[in-house]
Amino acid sequence: MATITELKARVADLERQLADALQTKSAPNRGKITQMSAEVVDSNPYSRLMALKRMGIVENYERIRDFTVAVVGVGGVGSVTAEMLTRCGIGKLLLFDYDKVELANMNRLFYQPHQAGMSKVEAAERTLKEINPDVEFEVYNYNITTTENFDHFQGRIKQGGIGGDKPVDLVLSCVDNFEARMAINMACNECDQKWFESGVSENAVTGHIQFLIPGETACFACAPPLVVASKIDEKTLKRDGVCAASLPTTMGVVAGFLVQNVLKYLLQFGDVSYYLGYNAMLDFFPRMILKPNPQCDDSYCKKRQTEFQAREATRPKVQVEITEAEVVHEDNEWAIEIVSETTADELAAAEGDQPELTKGVRVAYTTPAPTQGGDQDATVQDSGQSLDDLMKQMQGL
Amino acid sequence: MVDEVTKKTLAQIPLLKTKAGPRDGEQWIQRLKEEYQSLIQYVKNNKDADNDWFRLESNKEGTRWFGKCWYIYELIKYEFEVDFDMPITYPTTAPEIALPELDGKTAKMYRGGKICLTDHFKPLWARNVPKFGIAHAMALGLGPWLAVEIPDLIARGVVIPKDAGAGDKS
Ligand SMILES: [Zn+2]
Repeated sequence: MATITELKARVADLERQLADALQTKSAPNRGKITQMSAEVVDSNPYSRLMALKRMGIVENYERIRDFTVAVVGVGGVGSVTAEMLTRCGIGKLLLFDYDKVELANMNRLFYQPHQAGMSKVEAAERTLKEINPDVEFEVYNYNITTTENFDHFQGRIKQGGIGGDKPVDLVLSCVDNFEARMAINMACNECDQKWFESGVSENAVTGHIQFLIPGETACFACAPPLVVASKIDEKTLKRDGVCAASLPTTMGVVAGFLVQNVLKYLLQFGDVSYYLGYNAMLDFFPRMILKPNPQCDDSYCKKRQTEFQAREATRPKVQVEITEAEVVHEDNEWAIEIVSETTADELAAAEGDQPELTKGVRVAYTTPAPTQGGDQDATVQDSGQSLDDLMKQMQGL
Repeated sequence: MVDEVTKKTLAQIPLLKTKAGPRDGEQWIQRLKEEYQSLIQYVKNNKDADNDWFRLESNKEGTRWFGKCWYIYELIKYEFEVDFDMPITYPTTAPEIALPELDGKTAKMYRGGKICLTDHFKPLWARNVPKFGIAHAMALGLGPWLAVEIPDLIARGVVIPKDAGAGDKS
């Protein structure tokens, strides 16, 4: 049992916390602004953005309000990405993440300690609405890679645009794992949706962004995952005791690259990068374009490639030839360094499609060329049992 | 490199042939049958080798898997719940096996208690699509993880035996 003195101290402490909370809440919240103005007054949040138009960098900045962007993953990169877009006055944001804010995230930008325990999408929506009440939000606290959510996720890509009934303008992948990237890739190939992929390596010193146009540029399944070489020997990289490191700097740089290219694409200024790498150890930025793989494993990718080629064939030839990057069957000429655990046997079996890459980028691993049949004896044979029988047999073991 | 014991274990697990994920209807049922056949054989192999260490089952659709795994250390049995969802990109991407009870207790985990796999897992999985199934993910992913992490968790006092008599089951 607590004594009266202890209770009094507790009340005083809570009163202090309440007063603090009330104070921070009393910050002025501006109303919605119906039309973006270029007027340079200190109360206009858009004056410096509209100046881009006056300077002739962007032709029509106000168009930003017509666009919808879906951000998948609002962690270290995604949250900052969403904040940048919010401050730029994007029309609508859809946020997807199933994670909660944790104190372990405080080495990254955006989230604050008092938000610990809240879902990331909810915490992000609150902060962002306060920064810019003109932006429309739709947030989903779920994992997009599971069967129960994937269809809904695809539905929102197809119908999440402003006013409903039209697709979003871009999907931004800010997730931290291969599975989720492959799920976004699958969804975007099926929906014929342009998207950007972004990532920071688990050792926190390299990152990349990639622009994926179904049928026109390589999809995420066209080649094994790409790695920006970091000059750190994989063999000496100590992973004992930890899964991943992270730095707010690398994540901030990657988010900046990502949103810069999103703005360039949406507002049509400058050149959009198709692949841009970042090597923090050398401050080196490899850049390239990747053509799709005609033998891609994703059937919708191949469908989009056929459609793209048909469109291209009907177009007059004025396009600049892109000479780089075609998927070729070739030897190990860019000194791909296979991960250290690879055995000689695995290396020998690795003769599948490999993309042509710019200096400083390599594939994380190679996959063998598809084989016909083979391995018959080692493969399960149809036992004639039904799935129910097998399930019961498994339970009875 | 994958150690010799794991390699030998892996070689004895039947391979699968149907490349189908949870959205592929009839093909997925075929894949599920193969998954179960392969898993049943693997559990039998483990029993024969006196190294029975997990049980798994799934919901009817095969989209959610759950069960138990256990690890014996200094004659005491430590048991953990295992679960994972079948990603819609399966079998191109491996399932992310989780031990929810250990979430937050070791740095070798991602959120939700998903185990952190070694660098060789993903390349090996990618090279063996669609031949590898759940049994392979268990043998190559969870098995080695338990062998490294559980003794460490016990040594740090993070994992303690659930009850004194827990060592004599199975
Ligand atoms: Zn592709």
